[in-house]
Amino acid sequence: MEFIIISLVKAALVAFVLLTLAAYLVWIERKVLAHIQLRVGPYRVGPHGLLQPLSDLIKLLTKEGVMPASVNKFYYLLAPFIAVALALVSISVIPFGNEIEIFGIRTWMQLTDVNIGLLVILAISSVSVYGIALGGWASNNKYALLGGLRSAAQMISYELPMSLAIVSPLLIANTLSLREVAQAQSGFIFGFIPNWFVFQGPVPQILSFLIFLIAGFAETNRVPFDLPEAENELVAGFHTEYSSTCFAAFFTAEYINMVTISALATHLFLGGWNPAFPEPVAGLVPVLLFFGLGLVLLYHATQTVKTRTWDKYSFPVVGLIACGIGSIFLTPFLPLPDALAKIAQAIGPLFWFAAKTGAILFLFIWVRGTLPRFRFDQLMRFTWLFLFPLAIFNLMLTGLAVALWK
Amino acid sequence: MPEIDELLEQDAGESQEPDAGVTRRMTLNMGPQHPSTHGVLRIVLDLEGETIRKAVPEIGYLHTGIEKECEVKTWQQVVPLTDRTDYLANLSNNLGYCLAVEKLLQMEAPPKAQWMRVLLTEVTRINSHLVWLGTSALDVGAMSVFFYCFREREEILRLFEFFSGQRLMTSYFRIGGLALEPPRGWQKWIEKFLKVMPERVDMLENLLNENPIFKKRTQGVGYISLEDMLDLGVTGPMLRGAGLKIDLRKDKPYSSYDKFQFDIPTRTENDVYSRYLVRMAEMRESLKIIRQALDGMPEGSHVADAPKVVLPDREKMKTQMEALIYHFKIVTEGFRVPAGEAYVAIESPRGELAYYVVSDGTSKPYRVFMRTPSFGNLQALPTLFEGYPIADSIASLGSMDFVLGDTDR
Repeated sequence: MEFIIISLVKAALVAFVLLTLAAYLVWIERKVLAHIQLRVGPYRVGPHGLLQPLSDLIKLLTKEGVMPASVNKFYYLLAPFIAVALALVSISVIPFGNEIEIFGIRTWMQLTDVNIGLLVILAISSVSVYGIALGGWASNNKYALLGGLRSAAQMISYELPMSLAIVSPLLIANTLSLREVAQAQSGFIFGFIPNWFVFQGPVPQILSFLIFLIAGFAETNRVPFDLPEAENELVAGFHTEYSSTCFAAFFTAEYINMVTISALATHLFLGGWNPAFPEPVAGLVPVLLFFGLGLVLLYHATQTVKTRTWDKYSFPVVGLIACGIGSIFLTPFLPLPDALAKIAQAIGPLFWFAAKTGAILFLFIWVRGTLPRFRFDQLMRFTWLFLFPLAIFNLMLTGLAVALWK
Repeated sequence: MPEIDELLEQDAGESQEPDAGVTRRMTLNMGPQHPSTHGVLRIVLDLEGETIRKAVPEIGYLHTGIEKECEVKTWQQVVPLTDRTDYLANLSNNLGYCLAVEKLLQMEAPPKAQWMRVLLTEVTRINSHLVWLGTSALDVGAMSVFFYCFREREEILRLFEFFSGQRLMTSYFRIGGLALEPPRGWQKWIEKFLKVMPERVDMLENLLNENPIFKKRTQGVGYISLEDMLDLGVTGPMLRGAGLKIDLRKDKPYSSYDKFQFDIPTRTENDVYSRYLVRMAEMRESLKIIRQALDGMPEGSHVADAPKVVLPDREKMKTQMEALIYHFKIVTEGFRVPAGEAYVAIESPRGELAYYVVSDGTSKPYRVFMRTPSFGNLQALPTLFEGYPIADSIASLGSMDFVLGDTDR
């Protein structure tokens, strides 16, 4: 019974955090892209457009859903459901941090630890092709059909190098559970290089990290592999005929998939929740980061800029919030009662995990602002003739090294 | 159009037939509302998988009737209409029309006006190429380039506003000279523009020239043989991208272009990438011309000394009776142009732009025909499309550089 309650609470928490994150990821993406492109991005709804995701959500959920007369209704409605449901399911096996103890209950910051966690994620990502392919087919629109076709071919092809890239770190870790994969990467080489799989011997997995990232871009249909929704060729690709809530479902699924891929990359190659620096520096980094941000914002609040009247109010608030978060990270250094100290221990790993995932998410956005798009046949040639052999080569190399030295 | 009907019928028929084991074709209607057709162009594609087997363009969705409308306007009133055909290179249109009418009137604009026209049409060329670069880079998915190009274009539009009071529809050239005297301090504005622009062109080239994905998308794409292009009436950077050194500014100089030193950039690869490089090089050449025009700008009046054609000075109008009479005549009924016909071709950013003007001796044109580069370039569309995948066709569509307003007029 206790297990069920804890699981339900955790599920609700994860779903809430993830959906909010996905919504704010859109805001961050729009802001970052805008600044890359010399614009300011969302600015009207709330200070610096911070309430934009909320208004977008309300708009998308309350708009009339237009269903063209010629669609296959069952699959047309099923497709976005598949997309968003599978995207949400795959996050459940990803741990966010170490084991924690809250009010006497010991639990992991993870919904469920399946001992074949990685296989579950791979299986789910294979099935999620159906969401897009079915959506494209059921729309009964030629552009959508082409988009669906493209994405089916693309996602199936890129799954191979992706799986092969995943296998190499697993050989070193010798487990399929993500929790144990992350634990295998704790500690430091020579005391300062983090013992992550990108750095760890016998073969540093830099190659497979890159392959994984590239395949991850393709899996999530992001630039330069955003062919299924290539705006300039296929209008909007597979979701051309979708509107309102159904469109929101596809949209959310794409962003949740991005989070999943980034979290997976963090776990497999960047040491999961393990800090990048040895203690006590690791504990101080978030403190400095948040206090720095807070102080910069507080300083800017005193400088009046005429055109940005809202900043007078929003900067101190955000600055104080940042300082508050920073002081939370200070708690492990303070003498605290035992129960509180244990909670304080939990936030460090959470920060490192979030920071690394965030860095990869930022990469996703950065690439979108920088690169053009591949052509379809170039994309397929790239994976089958370059990425796939490279992944096999890397796998064989790792296998050999593991057999000899481990 | 019969060809389009045929394709659409074939599509409807095929969808009812059972699969006979042959590759089935799909007819795809692209446009008139499509993100990449740069306006309202409709193309009906016959697809085999993603490969285009047949492409039938249909124009006319932006038909404005400007050519016909010219016949009910006075000679001077036609100038603002020419702005609205090729709205990205408005000053080139103004120039072509003004030169044609001036030829009929057997007059010539004073040196200052001529040099100013050269200067501003070169700025227009950069403006047009920037928009082209932004949109065609967007077509292959490079999103940010679009915004960088529009930042640069913004400066050009501000420049236009400074000169003429208008950002887009400047109508700055008039028959016999310029509409207004260049505003005080214009040299400083041009100087500032010349200072920032080379760096910006460098930046744009840095973003794309060696970008492997961009090269993959554009090199070897959109080939059409030079003979075909000449047969179809394609002009401008597309020909120069195929190695033909043709440019009316050099071959048949107008408006004192013979007094400027500049090169005609050419490439021989004859693909989308070479057209891109040609246009980038042309922007640099235009900057060279602007620099020369700025340094050697002759003194004098900005309008010809032709009181029957050019509106008199405001001051003179208030003091001299003849000036007032001429003003009244020009404003109420316009000036008369001797009967005859004139054909003047100039090099617009898109290619050869020609105005064929016929006068019957009245104050209104009998006929104004525009030989527009967009229309000529668009003829290459089926050849550029057929046999290529959709993605490539979008890239070569961009490389043609047409403006639908210019095509349909």
